[in-house]
Amino acid sequence: MLSESDIAALWLTFRLAITTTLILLLFGTPLAWWLAHSRRRFKVIIEAVVSLPLVLPPTVLGFYLLILLGVQGPVGSLFISLGGEAPVFRFSGLVIGSVLYSLPFVVQPLRDSFAMQNPRLLEVAATLRAHPLDRFFSVALPLARHGFLTASVLGFAHTVGEFGVVLMIGGNIPGETQVLSIAIYDHVESLEYAQAHWLAGGLLLLSFTLLLMVYAFNQRTRPGQSRA
Amino acid sequence: MSLQIRYQLQRGAFALDVDVTLPAKGISALFGPSGCGKTTCLRCIAGLEKPQQGLLTLGEQCWQDSTRAHFIPVHQRAVGYVFQDAALFPHLNVEANLLYAYRRLGKRPANIKPDAIIDLLRLSTLLPRSVDNLSGGEQQRVAIGRALLANPDLLLMDEPLSALDAASKAEIMPCLEQLHDELSIPILYVSHSADEVARLADNIVLLENGQVQAQGKTSDIFTRLDLAPAQRSEASAIIEAQVESHDEEFALTRLAFSGRHITLPALALDKDQSVRIIIHARDVSLALEHQLNSSILNILPVEVEAISAINAAQMLVRLDAGGQKLLSRITRKSANVLGIKPRQRLYAQVKSVSLL
Repeated sequence: MLSESDIAALWLTFRLAITTTLILLLFGTPLAWWLAHSRRRFKVIIEAVVSLPLVLPPTVLGFYLLILLGVQGPVGSLFISLGGEAPVFRFSGLVIGSVLYSLPFVVQPLRDSFAMQNPRLLEVAATLRAHPLDRFFSVALPLARHGFLTASVLGFAHTVGEFGVVLMIGGNIPGETQVLSIAIYDHVESLEYAQAHWLAGGLLLLSFTLLLMVYAFNQRTRPGQSRA
Repeated sequence: MSLQIRYQLQRGAFALDVDVTLPAKGISALFGPSGCGKTTCLRCIAGLEKPQQGLLTLGEQCWQDSTRAHFIPVHQRAVGYVFQDAALFPHLNVEANLLYAYRRLGKRPANIKPDAIIDLLRLSTLLPRSVDNLSGGEQQRVAIGRALLANPDLLLMDEPLSALDAASKAEIMPCLEQLHDELSIPILYVSHSADEVARLADNIVLLENGQVQAQGKTSDIFTRLDLAPAQRSEASAIIEAQVESHDEEFALTRLAFSGRHITLPALALDKDQSVRIIIHARDVSLALEHQLNSSILNILPVEVEAISAINAAQMLVRLDAGGQKLLSRITRKSANVLGIKPRQRLYAQVKSVSLL
């Protein structure tokens, strides 16, 4: 069934996806809020940048990250001068790559759900003595719960499924940077189809289940549709 | 205590220029046609808009003074705001909606308690319900309760009845009248409906194209011949009167105001209770003498104050009845025959009176 290195790859993938999703929710939420409400002209530039990973081949993103994060790259050497190590071929490098690569999958659903909200409700909350942060947490956030669910699941699933970026900046070190998709590739290369089936089939099932849950939940409780 | 509002705001072709001082008690109405700047003015008072030039004080509190760049943000102003659409929070049930501001009062005094409001607005059966299966009238009652529980020093209401059907209006109107009678919070009420204003407002600020046209007591503004309310076909006078006695035999109630009496079909009201009555200009005819041989019960001695022509055939006459004003619509021919002129003493024959 699953070899020891398969289980390591599975665990690593899970850790990577969770870490990436949490980081994206933390930083993606204010970014999505800003994109939904700002009227600045340069907003379009930021929107385009956020959407780049949707159209760019992952190898292109991976290539530039490799250069940036490498021992001689500007970010990599900054890490070294601060007493750390360059993030390439490490878990930290995978996290940085995944965060950038999955960014639009988290930011776009959040931005859409913030933009769809009735602005009147935030005004009401303000007249009811809620300060700006309180309004965000007590009104905007709960009203965006569908957006958060969609964003989390898409961010998680997309990170689990990535291949190109990881291969470029992570390499293929079992236990350190060998994620599920790369382990599958390895098995296929070595003609171990039975092993590949276990991982590939499992991934397919997991992804389908997650998406099914999101769509079912959003359909059942979409705001405004319960009203006759 | 008074509410001083001075705003100048330019937005495209629209300019708002308002400078009024209102008594900080009872209900004051910002009244005028759609697009005259009423809602903008109300939003400025709440702090939802920031006019370039503005001064806003309520008693001792100064909420905005642009000359010293002073602007208190919305959530720090002790206002309650009732929007045209109830705008209840869809993710909270009725009770949580009601208590939203109340739970945020902190150390501020909470004189208005949830129990009292739930009673006053008859909300007890609605508390656990989700807000999206409430009727329009129920939603608006919850919204009013929610705003009141913020314990505001000033309650702002932006056309709270205009989105409701007649039945819901009839359900909310008594609540608003009760608020007026039982709470000491001043209310600023935006409306384009003369009926609502006549029924609720003590004072009126008449707005047109962002400018204040007139300001004063509702009964005065409604009977001023030069202003829009008197120029409507429904032109009417509003009179505050007290219940004086009941005539059981004929099932009538006698009301008194400034030494005069009005009789109307029996009302289920206690003696000395104050009532507001409305007398339409079309229901008042004029006579030189007190006619005794008439079926009209209500004949009041009046003095002509002013006359103006409505059209080629009709005139509108403003009358003084011991301090309270009446309007009468008569034909130009009758005005000529009677020789009606200012300061003339006449008898007003009132065909119909309705209670507001």
